[in-house]
Amino acid sequence: MITIVNYGMGNLGSIKNMLRKVGADSVITSDPDVIIKASKIILPGVGAFDTGMSCLQEMNLLDVLNHKVLVEKVPILGVCLGVQLMTKGSEEGVLPGLGWFDAQTKKFNFVDIKGRYPLPNMGWLDVKLVKSSKLFDNMYDNSRFYFVHTYHLVPTNSTDASMTACYGYDYVAALECDNIIGVQFHPEKSHKFGIRLYENFIKYF
Amino acid sequence: MAFRPRIIPILLLKNTGLYKTLKFKEPKYIGDPINAIKIFNEKEVDEIAFLDITASKENKAPNFSMLRDIASECFMPLGYGGGIQSIEMIREILNVGVEKVIINTQAVKNPSLISEAARYFGSSTIVVSIDVKKNIFGKYQVYINGGSEKTNLEPISWAKEVEKLGAGEIMINSIEHDGTLKGYNFDLIRSVSTVVNIPVIAAGGASGMSDFVKAVRECEASAVAAGAYFVFQGKHRAVLITYPTQTDITSAFFS
Repeated sequence: MITIVNYGMGNLGSIKNMLRKVGADSVITSDPDVIIKASKIILPGVGAFDTGMSCLQEMNLLDVLNHKVLVEKVPILGVCLGVQLMTKGSEEGVLPGLGWFDAQTKKFNFVDIKGRYPLPNMGWLDVKLVKSSKLFDNMYDNSRFYFVHTYHLVPTNSTDASMTACYGYDYVAALECDNIIGVQFHPEKSHKFGIRLYENFIKYF
Repeated sequence: MAFRPRIIPILLLKNTGLYKTLKFKEPKYIGDPINAIKIFNEKEVDEIAFLDITASKENKAPNFSMLRDIASECFMPLGYGGGIQSIEMIREILNVGVEKVIINTQAVKNPSLISEAARYFGSSTIVVSIDVKKNIFGKYQVYINGGSEKTNLEPISWAKEVEKLGAGEIMINSIEHDGTLKGYNFDLIRSVSTVVNIPVIAAGGASGMSDFVKAVRECEASAVAAGAYFVFQGKHRAVLITYPTQTDITSAFFS
């Protein structure tokens, strides 16, 4: 069963709606005993980095997630804050992240950029695939995705990046390394493009 | 395509029907909200804002079951406003699959709701909507309760204040322009968007793409919203749901 981790942060309802749309059964849970049985995991999230990490900690979810992802290598999709938590840490907070990606989460910095870029970056952007990803299999032309964020992913190894987007400058919009995948945008809110992406996650991972 | 602003239909709910107002009055029946959502979904709109125009005035709670029906059809960002009074209500709204709450009356009456909500749910979830009308001396004043109650606030300082409180976005609406299809109140939009660092959504009076482009290029709006333009056709205001195609949008903003 696809398991949506409920750690008190985020858009669980819309992810559940999307999974129903693509015909996948899913469960929303914060129970480690349910998560341990997951065939696939979705780690959603909206909100602050440290709040997210503290919630995972307080709800005793760190061990089960580390086990499922690093030992069992169950496919996991991080969405928005969810993928940021998969990095080693964020400029937004002081707590260490899950550290599954050798990456940092940094605030948009427009110091040397011309033009006005309000934060959060809220809107639809084109996404460029920078390495092959099954998430984009059979993707529609002119794909665009809905983003809401103030911080973005900065991987140490550019090979971990699977997609980029541009807001003032090009930045990494998705990370992918074997079973661990994360997207900065909200595919559950991105029309047919997001529907296809979730279908692919279910089909290929 | 490079960055482009969001174009947002604002749909007004009254009880269980969809309506469109003129200057916040004369609500005209448009149709069934679920049906409208399906059409907008097919048209792949950027985002939708649902506002219950009588909830605050009548002190009613949001219609959660209807919101649940709407959200389950909605694979785009969805905002809801109307009658939101507490953190618990916001949590329930988010749980059904809505990702933004739009707060107006209670932001004025209980500003700590904004700061608390931003802390609990993240700033990007909280939109503060500001309805504005000129008084007889030509000064802009902020109104609440669906335009029926005047406050002592003026829009520029109130916008700065709600940014400080933690709002992630501001929707600025001119009551006198609402539904007129005569273009936005561009001065008002510019006066607000240039004093805050969060995205500002222009609302009230848009008649088409040229107003959208102007609000973005000349007034620094991050997003543009409209009501009548998306639901009425022709001078007799026949009901017809429309939305520009991606090609139209691209050529309007990037040519």
